[in-house]
Amino acid sequence: MNALRRNVLKGAAGAGTVAVAVAAGLLKPNLAMAVAPRSAFEAKSVGDAMSAMGASAPADSKDIVVKAPDIAENGAVVPVEVTSNIAGTTSIAIIAEKNVTPLVAQFDLMGGTEGFISTRIKMGATALIRAVVMAGGKTYTAAKEVKVTIGGCGG
Amino acid sequence: MAEPMRIRATMAGDVADVKVLMNHPMETGQRKDAKTGQLVPAHYITTVTATINGANVLNGGMSGGISKNPYLGFKVKGAKAGDKVVVNWVDNTGDKNTAEATIG
Repeated sequence: MNALRRNVLKGAAGAGTVAVAVAAGLLKPNLAMAVAPRSAFEAKSVGDAMSAMGASAPADSKDIVVKAPDIAENGAVVPVEVTSNIAGTTSIAIIAEKNVTPLVAQFDLMGGTEGFISTRIKMGATALIRAVVMAGGKTYTAAKEVKVTIGGCGG
Repeated sequence: MAEPMRIRATMAGDVADVKVLMNHPMETGQRKDAKTGQLVPAHYITTVTATINGANVLNGGMSGGISKNPYLGFKVKGAKAGDKVVVNWVDNTGDKNTAEATIG
C-alpha cells in the first residue's frame, strides 16, 4: 500500500467532516459575520475588544459618518448615530475609547437593514467615539471626539 | 420585572424607520450605591434581535455602556406598511422582553 494513497484518503475524510460541521451549523463559514462574543464586550482595551470581535487593523473610511455632540454635558446619555455609506455593510460596532469596557454595542444588519444605527451611550470621559463597520469581509472605521463634562460611568 | 418596550415604525419612501425604546436600568456593575457605598450589581441588556414578518433584520450585542432605558433606531429597506416588527431583548440575568408593532 503506498503512503500517498493513505494520505489522500485521510484528507478526504477530514474535508468531509468539516463540510458536515458547516452544514449542521456547528462551524460558521465567516466568523466576522456573527454578533461579537461576550469577551469583546468585557475587554478592557480598544485593541482587545477589536481583536475579540475579529476586527483587527480596520481601514479609515470617509464613507462612515459618526454623528454625536461635540460636547456632552451628561456622559450618562450621549446620542450617537452611525451611518455607513459603504455598500454591503453587514455590521456596525460602537466603541467609546476611554470607557472601562470600550465596546458599547455591535449590531449585525441583514435582510434589507441599511448601514445606520442610532442609540444613546454612556461615556466615562472625553474620548473618541469610534464606529467599526464590516462590509464585504473587510473592516472600516471612523471616529469623532466627544468632550464630556460629567462622566456617566458612575463610581 | 420587565417593563413594556415601545416600538414606533414608519415608512419614509421605501425605507422603514424603526425606533425602539426599551425599559431597562442598564447597570454596568461599576457604579456604587450613594447610600451604602456598595457596588450596584451589573444588570444590562446583552442581546437584541429584530425581525420583520419573521425575517431577521438585526442582531445586536450590548454592554453596560448603553444608556439607561436604551434607545435603538435602525432603517430597513424593502419593508412595507402593515409589516410586523418584533423586537426581543435578553439581559445578563436571563430576564427577557418582547414587543411588536405594525409599520405605519
